[in-house]
Amino acid sequence: MISFELNGTAVRCDAAPATRLSEVLRNRLGHKGTKSGCDAGDCGACTVLIDGEAACACLVPAAQADGARIATVEGLDASPKGQLLQRAFLARGAAQCGICTPGMLMAAVALLDRKAAPAREEIAEALGGVLCRCTGYAKIIDAVEDAAREAIHAEPMPEQGRAVGARIARLDGAPKIAGTELYGADAIPDDALWVRAIRSPHHRAGFRFGDIGRFIAAHPGIVRILTAKDVPGRNIFGVIPPFADQPVFAEDEARFRGEAVAAVVGERHAIDTLDLSAFPVTWEQRPSVLTIAAALDPAAPQLQRKRPGNILVRGHVETGDVEAALREAAVTVEGSFETAFVEHAYIEPEAGWARRAGDRIEITASTQAPYMDRDDTAAIMGLPPESVRIIPSACGGGFGSKLDLSVQPYVALAAWLTGRPAAMVYTRPESLQSTTKRHPAIMRSKMAASRDGKLLAMDFEGDFNTGAYASWGPTVANRVPVHASGPYAVPNYRANTRAVLTNCVPAGAFRGFGVPQTVVAQEQMLDMLAAKLGMDALDFRIRNALTDTAPTVTGQVMGDGVGIRDCLEALKPHWAALRRAAEEFNRTSARLKRGAGVAGMFYGCGNTSLPNPSTIRFGLKPDGRLSLHQGAVDIGQGANTVIAQIAADAVGLPLALVDLVPADTDLTPDCGKTSASRQTFVTGTAAERAGRSLRQRLLRLANAGEDATLSLDGGTLVVREDTAVRAIDLAALPRGAHGYVQCAEETFDPPTSPLDASGQGKPYAVYGFGAHLAEVEVDTRLGLVKVLRVVAAHDVGRAINPILVEGQIEGGVAQGIGMALMEEFTPGRGENLHDYLIPTAGDVPPIESILVERASSAGPFGAKGIGEQALIPTAPAILNAIHHATGARITRIPATPGRVLAALKTRRP
Amino acid sequence: MYARPKTIEEATRAMATEGALAVSGGTDVYPAHVGKPLARPLVDLSRVAGLRGITQTGDGYRFGAASTWTDILQAPLPRAFNGLKAAAREVGSVQIQNRGTIAGNLCNASPAADGVPPLLSLDARVEIASATGRRVMPLSAFITGYRRTALAPGEIVTAVLVPKPAPAARSAFVKLGARRYLVISILMAAALVEKDAQGRIARAAVAVGAASPVAQRLPALEADLIGCGGRPSALVTPRHLEVLSPIDDVRATAAYRQEAALSAVGEALDLAAGQT
Repeated sequence: MISFELNGTAVRCDAAPATRLSEVLRNRLGHKGTKSGCDAGDCGACTVLIDGEAACACLVPAAQADGARIATVEGLDASPKGQLLQRAFLARGAAQCGICTPGMLMAAVALLDRKAAPAREEIAEALGGVLCRCTGYAKIIDAVEDAAREAIHAEPMPEQGRAVGARIARLDGAPKIAGTELYGADAIPDDALWVRAIRSPHHRAGFRFGDIGRFIAAHPGIVRILTAKDVPGRNIFGVIPPFADQPVFAEDEARFRGEAVAAVVGERHAIDTLDLSAFPVTWEQRPSVLTIAAALDPAAPQLQRKRPGNILVRGHVETGDVEAALREAAVTVEGSFETAFVEHAYIEPEAGWARRAGDRIEITASTQAPYMDRDDTAAIMGLPPESVRIIPSACGGGFGSKLDLSVQPYVALAAWLTGRPAAMVYTRPESLQSTTKRHPAIMRSKMAASRDGKLLAMDFEGDFNTGAYASWGPTVANRVPVHASGPYAVPNYRANTRAVLTNCVPAGAFRGFGVPQTVVAQEQMLDMLAAKLGMDALDFRIRNALTDTAPTVTGQVMGDGVGIRDCLEALKPHWAALRRAAEEFNRTSARLKRGAGVAGMFYGCGNTSLPNPSTIRFGLKPDGRLSLHQGAVDIGQGANTVIAQIAADAVGLPLALVDLVPADTDLTPDCGKTSASRQTFVTGTAAERAGRSLRQRLLRLANAGEDATLSLDGGTLVVREDTAVRAIDLAALPRGAHGYVQCAEETFDPPTSPLDASGQGKPYAVYGFGAHLAEVEVDTRLGLVKVLRVVAAHDVGRAINPILVEGQIEGGVAQGIGMALMEEFTPGRGENLHDYLIPTAGDVPPIESILVERASSAGPFGAKGIGEQALIPTAPAILNAIHHATGARITRIPATPGRVLAALKTRRP
Repeated sequence: MYARPKTIEEATRAMATEGALAVSGGTDVYPAHVGKPLARPLVDLSRVAGLRGITQTGDGYRFGAASTWTDILQAPLPRAFNGLKAAAREVGSVQIQNRGTIAGNLCNASPAADGVPPLLSLDARVEIASATGRRVMPLSAFITGYRRTALAPGEIVTAVLVPKPAPAARSAFVKLGARRYLVISILMAAALVEKDAQGRIARAAVAVGAASPVAQRLPALEADLIGCGGRPSALVTPRHLEVLSPIDDVRATAAYRQEAALSAVGEALDLAAGQT
């Protein structure tokens, strides 16, 4: 029995002495505010204070808590400093998904207890042990500074009609800073069975099970084993139904390291203490192919019978006469570029649980795509889709990977077959091994320009390592050819892509669907062309930037809302100053060299030429409050706030009256997936329409015209038109199907057209535009690159909530820095967050966001997406800055110190 | 088994158990058991009397085995320990520094242990206790290979002993990692320099970590540095680094490490010599 003081209260617990303190807090004492992200001290999400000192609770044996004073996020509001920090985090937008927030808060409170007025560098150092994947840290450091100064500015709720554009704190933020938000692992019932997967240790292997009955008998508490035989429906899933090819459990052979072949279901204690290596399975290792080159070898083992040559899919866009233009152009450049597997590294590993309710199954899990989860799980379970209910938990980061199924089929099967709730929480190594990654790319490209600096042609070929199964490989292969031109007019263009199957973990969606890879090639080649022409790299881009009337490479003319030129021009003053400052610095510095680089981007919002509707239901309750059925999963980006801001202004009532009904397939209509930068645009437009439609209905109650104003006074709706005032008692009105006195439901599906055989058509209704400027310092002796500053200009059409837009930009830049400089996953190696590195609070420089608002007539209040746009130009801007600093071109990322040093040696004098 | 000895005697007895694993800060034990049960007999050394604390002894300094990196950072120590303090500040994160111990860092015997190069340059010795008594051995002999030490079953490290540095001794530590905080070293260099009255190097001690299975001193370089009155980095040549045997891993290639060592060693020496 151990006893200690927890947030000032004496507690006792009979946990085994070696149990991790994080487990004791979460599972024995019900303090779920302490988050588990890695169990290895690598992420800091479980930071608590032990006798006033910050510690990772996952590394502390329960026995050592005995007699100690332990403080967790749940106790913060009892201390003035804790409260200040919580308020500052909320006001600044320092919590996005919120999974790191408890750890950040605890690390910050330890700092402020030690030092009342820390400098920014001291704050960064104190927070350096807590990883955040969403925010880019700037707003977190701002918040700690605000709390130290006791200077917190909380924006008041906007007045009626002023919600759009208001810089308000996220509406769903309170539980995130209180530590009460419930993520995938936080609401698992105590009586749940637990599930662990048995995964292939080899890249490719046949396997045979031994005596499973004997294994169960030898392990008290193990209830059953699941294998492919137990799947009642089809043992196949996949995010793109025509390409679905991934088994829940491998049948004949495991095609990647980490693929599940079986699952063990048992009581929690039995699963926690189970040595998985004792599971009776024998592996027969088979020859595997891990690289694009190996998979394309005619003699290579074939991943899937129906995909000859290991080609999953090809993409193609062509316009003009590329050969002729390249032949005749005054200036041409060519290059090859290579990128790596990148891990999403959200701090919340995949987690969730299921319970059987009669003939239905309910799954509560961390996800970006509830309706897709529902339909795919239903097919696996052999159930109609309506028999599956998906209740998204709070999502501790997604970035694309939580679009695919992870725990859902396993917990559903276990709960269905045993009749008991069943839960599964991936370990960090499992998450790294088995969930999707960013596609590694090998790209070859030629570009040509006229002597006067007009882009004439581009010929692009890209191969993408899509791993063992389709996932979003087809989307990457189709999106890339549309975007490989960048946001420039290229009259003669050809882009061919292939998604290549290998024995690697499946590559899927990751913030940008292949576009962040292509800009590494295209934006560096623009610099190469500008240099050959003797033109300024920024002027060259401005000269070729798309306009409202210039066609894209698919022949699309936008008509309005093309803000790339504005973004590039917004960078001009910084560009001139930073280029000059770098050249000045380099005159006297031999070892350290500075440089400034620029890169542009455009990115289509929503599915590529495929339907992706969102539906919003918006009702007025008899008590005079509004109910917004908002099914766009908020994974930290802010949909719960942004969609509500749009809906409030569309109906013309105060945002403070809007109650959210969060995503749940039983309660919210389908808002599609949170991906492709589509929620502000697509769901936002549905919300705008639902708001306007509800407004019409309310006006009709009073026979009032469009110019009337609405207000709600408790249960009374007041409609004023000129001097006429009508008060309507809501309680007296009849109620509709959902219990509302008035309700609107509206759908929006972006108007696109299919691409023809040459990839010509209108693949997206709206594009977002942006350009980044990066200043770097290169240690030419060690090859170390430090990013000193990023200026990011983004055309978002209309910033519905500027604080959230900045949050997306800062977080995107941080991920771009990681992709450019340090992130590389190698299947089978470094399946943890100390070998796989993401930026810490010390790796992200000051970021200046410039918001450009070139309204798009297609978006709600003119708005466009920003989620993926924010990440895309960072890496090439850094690479161009490295070249400016040193003259070295980095053609393979990440630009690790070794690669930079090698590039410095091969640079031309 | 989970033993919580209060005395060194109880601790050594518990450590004699077959397969026993010592745990104190837990910063290496738990990361090695992610998703796996911690089934080995554990001996928790965190409450053993006399294991924590930094004291000055007649002939030097005694770092109790369970002293944390934060303890080291906060201890009033002469400037010869600045390299060790710089390393303490680079061990993991604040959270890890608050819990991880000096002896744990040595016993884990990772080639990338941040504490080892500065302690090697300080000529540290390791004090070991067993049921039969105590022995002291040089740190260079204590770590015998990749994740291997000279500890026998039933033994624990009780202290790290550092002989009293010369008043003129200055030290520095350079860590090369792919990000700013919470990072495993690609390479480390520690240097300690004593200058004579004329400002020439009278004695130098240089060690490199993460470039061989066990961090290495560079005796040939140390000898060549004696008498150096200028920038010591100018004297460092690839020949001095021939004792290193770096490998390719997820962090860097062997070739990069070998090359970076040249630079890092020079930088650590210049810092220690006050020639930056």
